[in-house]
Amino acid sequence: MPQLNVADFAPQLVWLAITFAVLYLLMAKLALPKIGRAIDARAQRITADLDRATKLKDEAAGALAAYEKALAEARAQAQATIKAASERMRKDAESREGALTKKLAADTAAAEGRIRAARDQAMASLAHMAADITKSAAERLIGQPINDATATAAVAAAAKERA
Amino acid sequence: MAAEKAIDPLHQFEIVRLIPMKLGGLDVSFSNASLWMVIAIAAATVFLVGGMRRQSLVPGRWQSMAEVSYEFIAGMIQDNVGSKGRAFFPFIFTLFMFILFGNMMGMVPYSFTFTSHIIVTFAIAFVVFIGVTVVGFVMHGAHFLSFFVPKGVPKIMLLLMVPIEVLSYLTRPVSLSIRLFANMMAGHTMFKVFASFTIMLGIFGVAPLAINVALTGFEFLVAFLQAYVFTVLTCIYLNDAIHLH
Repeated sequence: MPQLNVADFAPQLVWLAITFAVLYLLMAKLALPKIGRAIDARAQRITADLDRATKLKDEAAGALAAYEKALAEARAQAQATIKAASERMRKDAESREGALTKKLAADTAAAEGRIRAARDQAMASLAHMAADITKSAAERLIGQPINDATATAAVAAAAKERA
Repeated sequence: MAAEKAIDPLHQFEIVRLIPMKLGGLDVSFSNASLWMVIAIAAATVFLVGGMRRQSLVPGRWQSMAEVSYEFIAGMIQDNVGSKGRAFFPFIFTLFMFILFGNMMGMVPYSFTFTSHIIVTFAIAFVVFIGVTVVGFVMHGAHFLSFFVPKGVPKIMLLLMVPIEVLSYLTRPVSLSIRLFANMMAGHTMFKVFASFTIMLGIFGVAPLAINVALTGFEFLVAFLQAYVFTVLTCIYLNDAIHLH
């Protein structure tokens, strides 16, 4: 078996030591740092990207919350405005109704006053006509005129008896 | 024809001195084994550094393979040793790449598989063994010896258990190196044996040829698997040294 030829051991061991040492240096100083850097750079890039994505997501959530808050505020404000407007309109209507009621009452009172005056006047002219009729009727009955005062007094007495 | 000569399946493991050299009394000849060691480390370096020429955020195929190799070993150390093993990452990674490329380069026709030599695998395993033991003593001092004393065993049994533990610890480099060496040697010997059948049987040589085709796929698996097993066991030994048990 050639593997057991002791004379071949020394050169193999020497070159094993040389090549292994050279490979160790090449790996430790050249290849491994290169590969390690590439892997680290990628890992860092991925971590950074993930961090940024998380941050953006948080920002989006914040923006959504702010938007919803603004929306709620706007809605509340709109409701307050509607409430104030309807309140004002209700007050306006109430005051207009009050004024109308007053005006109607005043009109009614004025109309009633006019009716009363007209009736009084009618009653007064009635008394006057009754005095005239009494005067002319008495002239015919007694053949001589009676004075106005007497006729008026007689009408007034008769009216008082009837009343 | 080659079939006329006696085919020696072990001939492929012969060390051939390509450039005979002497340093003092030491034979430092550049042999076919040395050549394939150089080719293996060159290929490993090209594979890893070449893939990282453009370090893109989204890696291409080559860069992905280089990164997968890195993460494969980093994950193996994390799983088997934990975060304290990170300091040994360059060594473990070099170990894996050296054995993997040694095994894989051996699959190239007419190449030489330096991991099929027990002296090479034993030297690597011995370095691992010594290194792990030194790490154990540096981290725990004399307390590292408690590794050989199983917990919860009756005192009288320790007379038996401690020698067994010591023996099993000492056989680690042996089993580690023989596992790799034997696998590689057996695989390549089988290739040669079936290849010689193919030549001897003429037209019926199709059958051993088919077996060799299947064996080729199987040997690629073994080439990877043995590199993996060697590395994983190193991690487990390292874990024992760092965390005791």
